[in-house]
Amino acid sequence: MSVRYTEFHPRWHRPRMSVFWWVGRRSYLVFVLRELSSVFVAWSVVFLLLLVHAVSEGGKQYQQFRNLSSNPWMLALNVVTLAFLLFHAITWFNLAPSAMVVRMRGKRVPRSWIAGAHYAGWALLSALVAWLIVG
Amino acid sequence: MAKRRAEPLVWLLFTSGGLAAALLLPVLLVLFGLVFPAGWASAPAEAHLLSVARYPLTRIVLLGLFALPLGAQVPLHALRGTPAQAPQQADHRRLLRRRASGIGLRGLPLAGRPMSQGRLLAIS
Repeated sequence: MSVRYTEFHPRWHRPRMSVFWWVGRRSYLVFVLRELSSVFVAWSVVFLLLLVHAVSEGGKQYQQFRNLSSNPWMLALNVVTLAFLLFHAITWFNLAPSAMVVRMRGKRVPRSWIAGAHYAGWALLSALVAWLIVG
Repeated sequence: MAKRRAEPLVWLLFTSGGLAAALLLPVLLVLFGLVFPAGWASAPAEAHLLSVARYPLTRIVLLGLFALPLGAQVPLHALRGTPAQAPQQADHRRLLRRRASGIGLRGLPLAGRPMSQGRLLAIS
């Protein structure tokens, strides 16, 4: 009778994690949704690249882009994308005070000022861009 | 001289990508993804857009807006926090870094190409 030797191999303790580990708690859900927003950021960049490409190619391509963007599916996708973009922007501006510590005359500038400055810049830039485009 | 690490630089790219995306993408998507297609305002003529896009400052801003998120912000976000991020931290991080830089390196030329072709570069 032959004896089978097995190598000593400690088994790792790795508890299985559900793919939906982030659903149970609100903070986890928000975290994962925020990470997910990057996919929509990427899509919006691609969408704008298509626009720039169409504009650089000429009138016919621009018309094609406009037809594409008024397709109901595309509209729906862009509404969802917009929701994620706003979520990304608002959470971004709200965490800015934690990342930036600004001191003025030896005193730390209040968090609300930093967040406020970001929101003001956002509004200003958006207005400027809209004015440039709508003309 | 002390050895410099590349990590702070990557974080700088990451934050500027996030900031650029937060500041400029919403208004552009509201206009071109919703307001114009839904007909709430008439879409600008192609000639007007072309003249705006030809302006050098616009081109620099657009290049930053396209390249930074695609090159740094999106890859890092998209790969972080995946369920696989369990105990094998060191290995996993190395893998994430490689994948993120892979996607980023592919994203950059994608962002640059339409900016440097066609009538955008033609001098009027």
